[in-house]
Amino acid sequence: MIPLLALTVFVTVTAGVYLALSRDLFRCVVGLAMLGAGANLALYAAGAKGSARPAVIQKGAEVLADAANPLPQALVLTAIVIGFALVCFALVLLLRVMQYAGSDDADRLRLAEPRPDDPLKPPSHSADCLPVYPREDRS
Amino acid sequence: MSALVATPVLVPLATVALTALAAGRPRLQQVLSGLGSLALLLCALLLLGQVEGGEGARLAFGNWPAPFGIEFHVDRLSAALVLVTALMGSASLLFLASDADPGRRHPLLLPLLHGLLVGVGGAFVTADLFNLYVWFEVMLICALGLLALGARPDQLDGAFKYMVLNLLGTLLLLISVGAVYAATGHLNFTALSQAAPSLPPALAAVLLTALLLSLLLKSGAFPLYAWLPASYHTLPGPVLALCAGLLTKVGVYAVLRLTGDVFAPVPALLPEALGWIACATMLFGVLGAAYHWDMRRILAFHIVSQIGYILLAIALDSAAGNRAALFYTVHHIVVKATLFLLAAMIWRYTGSYDLRRIGGLFRARPRLALLFMVPALSLVGIPPLSGFWAKLVVLQEALARGHYAWTAVALLVSVLTLYSMMKIWMEAFWKDHPQKGWSLPRNTRLAPAWCATLSLAAVTLWISFAPQALLAYAEAAALSLGGGR
Repeated sequence: MIPLLALTVFVTVTAGVYLALSRDLFRCVVGLAMLGAGANLALYAAGAKGSARPAVIQKGAEVLADAANPLPQALVLTAIVIGFALVCFALVLLLRVMQYAGSDDADRLRLAEPRPDDPLKPPSHSADCLPVYPREDRS
Repeated sequence: MSALVATPVLVPLATVALTALAAGRPRLQQVLSGLGSLALLLCALLLLGQVEGGEGARLAFGNWPAPFGIEFHVDRLSAALVLVTALMGSASLLFLASDADPGRRHPLLLPLLHGLLVGVGGAFVTADLFNLYVWFEVMLICALGLLALGARPDQLDGAFKYMVLNLLGTLLLLISVGAVYAATGHLNFTALSQAAPSLPPALAAVLLTALLLSLLLKSGAFPLYAWLPASYHTLPGPVLALCAGLLTKVGVYAVLRLTGDVFAPVPALLPEALGWIACATMLFGVLGAAYHWDMRRILAFHIVSQIGYILLAIALDSAAGNRAALFYTVHHIVVKATLFLLAAMIWRYTGSYDLRRIGGLFRARPRLALLFMVPALSLVGIPPLSGFWAKLVVLQEALARGHYAWTAVALLVSVLTLYSMMKIWMEAFWKDHPQKGWSLPRNTRLAPAWCATLSLAAVTLWISFAPQALLAYAEAAALSLGGGR
């Protein structure tokens, strides 16, 4: 069971990283979702050692004996819910960003950055977007 | 009264619910939000009073015995940070009543702000590793909501970048939490600290490295800080001050809690690596700031740089280092938030955040210029302001431990910080306004803004002139951590 899970986690995480590193924004979000699935599987694997029997106290018994650990499954469930909400939010955000940017290329996503023609230095006389004031006034 | 331990979560959570219900009635919503933040402040003070005397307060939910249930645990470290959180929440909400860059008035603004406080408060008081992850997610979704709320293109752009990197961080955190659970069978901090010494050293090092990597991403440390300066400057002023003051510091707190308390003593390689990361964080943050002209971007890069100092203190891996880290964190949260709030006031007076387009404020508003000097010089570390004491305790311990290279970097970064702060001061206050005939805008509503920034500056001055109180408190907090054992 564990080697199979490990292999699945490996493949999922690899695919997730590959997609998340893509310049295509949509692929990036899908990659994050896959990474989330990989993380959930890894978390699940944390409790998948030992018995696989359901965590139910047998009839007549007083304590739980020889059962799977249910805690990681509860943790995974929490993580799935949170991850699902975030992916939904990410997709909506992505749509809006793509509408504004007019592109799905991460390299062209520079709406929050300084304008490319902004010199980012003290303005020269010709900087069109900035107020013009003589440098010598300030010395 | 152990129910008090849950108040850093419960009070803002109740405020979230109430303000969301009152979304249709702005005035009522504001009153509820103000009451909520005052209640949080009161609870934080009570909590501080409770843990000051003794061992700290615990609360196990559902009365489940120690390693099984989810526990909240407030010791001196947590209590101090919860109090600062409450203080920042109140100051930002007060500031929001002014017209200094308040952003778009969205009915969800106040619920999301309090939601942020829920996440921050929860992360500070929890004593459960998986619970810590959940609080990080709460903070993430609230911060994303606040970023996307204005719906301007640049805000959505910033929100997307923020989301991608932070989501990566939380996923890494989730995987490492799973790995820690698989290795130890525990999530509770106390149980983990008892189980950690029996782990094979190599495995412990790998687990801690994975945990720290995700937390360092959250705290904006080199090299994974790109999300911070790419998104913060799109937030409206008061929200920005709250996020800038608190969010990254939660990551730093978690690093301190895990290396200094839960997994202490950590393998020797980790503090060494953390120290160099801290140096790189300081240096790259301050260099990024030197490049920019937008006040918010300059200050955002300075968050990164200052995070480096706190990480440096943690990397010293001693009780004195942890003391310095707590002192520095408290000082830094207050000063940083004040600077962002003052930047928003400068925006209101001059109409821009871009230093090239503004000026002349010293003549028009000399008191604002003086007020700006307090947090600015404190951030640099000019005596006798709070930053001086904070840097002094960090560097004293660094020298005592023989880390001369780290000390040298820290001192160099201080000089560069001075350059940035003077740049803002010279450009915004000292030089004339680039437009001839510029005058102050009429009808500003800045009384709440003055009130908020003056109170925060008063806190800074209190730390500056009576540092013994906070130092003694931080010392007691550090000694009660695992590092003092």
